[in-house]
Amino acid sequence: MQEMIWSLIKDKTLAELKQGIREDGRKFDQYRDVKIDYEFTKNADGSASVRLGNTFVLAGVKLQPGEPYPDQPDQGTISVGAELLAMASPSFETGPPKEDAIELSRVVDRGIRESDAIDFKSLCIREKELVWITFLDLYIMNDDGNLFDAAAIAALAALKNTKFPKLGDDDKVVSGERTSKRLELNRLPMLNTFTKISDILLADASLKETKAADARFSVCTTEDGYLSAFQKGGSGYFTKAEVSKCIDLAYINSDKLRKLL
Amino acid sequence: MTKRTDGRGIHDLRPIKIVAGVIPRADGSAYIEWGQNKVYAAVYGPKECLPRHIANPYKAVITYNYRMATFSVPDRKNPKPGRREIEISKVSGEALERAIFVEKFPNTEIEVNVEVIDSNAGTRVAALAAAAVALADAGIPMRDLVSAVGVGKANGQLIVDLNKEEEDADDAVDIPIAILPNSEEILLLQMDGLLKKEEWEQLVELGINAAKNVYEIQKQALKNKYCAKEE
Repeated sequence: MQEMIWSLIKDKTLAELKQGIREDGRKFDQYRDVKIDYEFTKNADGSASVRLGNTFVLAGVKLQPGEPYPDQPDQGTISVGAELLAMASPSFETGPPKEDAIELSRVVDRGIRESDAIDFKSLCIREKELVWITFLDLYIMNDDGNLFDAAAIAALAALKNTKFPKLGDDDKVVSGERTSKRLELNRLPMLNTFTKISDILLADASLKETKAADARFSVCTTEDGYLSAFQKGGSGYFTKAEVSKCIDLAYINSDKLRKLL
Repeated sequence: MTKRTDGRGIHDLRPIKIVAGVIPRADGSAYIEWGQNKVYAAVYGPKECLPRHIANPYKAVITYNYRMATFSVPDRKNPKPGRREIEISKVSGEALERAIFVEKFPNTEIEVNVEVIDSNAGTRVAALAAAAVALADAGIPMRDLVSAVGVGKANGQLIVDLNKEEEDADDAVDIPIAILPNSEEILLLQMDGLLKKEEWEQLVELGINAAKNVYEIQKQALKNKYCAKEE
């Protein structure tokens, strides 16, 4: 039933886009206003909330000591989770993360991990025995489109704001105590998601635009000109020229977004 | 230009063999060997879409289940589908949807099940290549086959069809890509690693060319099944 309603709205959205009009008057490559607030919870080692228009995402970081992977004995690691909370949209349900939430968390994870933003060796406490594991969890509180970019900004903001907890002599975290040492970020990888409706490419799609999408393409860029992740989703296609255009726009928009952190 | 660890040139695919029609109960099926990778794909449908509330009144729903057998990787894999398998299933199903005339079969489901039984990097693209042949074998109307390949970077070289050793290189970049070979529409595209845009521009050309080579092997598999009886 919902599919039918969105399908009807799509025709109108597309007709307006063909005349160059977005519902909120933005240019096709323009983001909505971004508002970042740090440290909404004192219990997390780092946290940030992000509002991208009416899309609202919370990110919280907990650093926990744990065993390293056998093949990377001197490196800590990151684990990203995402919850599409039932409060965020009538389309979301309670229960364990489904494919949409899993894809979201894995794309955010990929952009950060592959850009070497975090020096995982600096998370080593004792080689082969103990490393810091960075648990980064994303909570989608209100879905007004483009959850990927909102979540990725929140993730970076929370990481940037993270301080190491105090480690006791028993190798456990001393509850509630934190050191002044910050988690260092070598790069700020920015995720840019483009939504394709017919042959139109939009940055930062609203909910209506997201629902009208034929396909989506996310590209993560770093400030020194690298690409660290791609993800194409949706049942439509991209041409290689469109991918190229998305990459060029992503470099430009990423620089703007990075200044907000 | 140095040779690769397995002796291939930088643009060479590993040996690929595809057989259509290997699971008799399925409506269509295929088996692929791609280097060390071995994958079965089976298609059921179009059939009644269950549970009913996931049915779409405009088009068939594609359900793609990518799974790896517990013994298909060096350490035993947990049989429960992991996050990686779920993500791959999602993007692969979306890729196939573009190829299939889904609008001809509203309210139905086309189920594509792929099982990786041995692996050495590039299983998602091998699985997609097999799945496309299985869909054709099932007689499902399609715009074109979907052809797929991995491209990327290892040890400073831009290469086609990374093996596991290359995928584990310090500077490795892995880009699975799937296309409709005739229109060159990109249906699946993922990437992880650190890459410059200029390198991507080269890799997309390498990927499209390599995928077209896979396309020839896919077509031959269908011809072998359906044209062999001519005397």
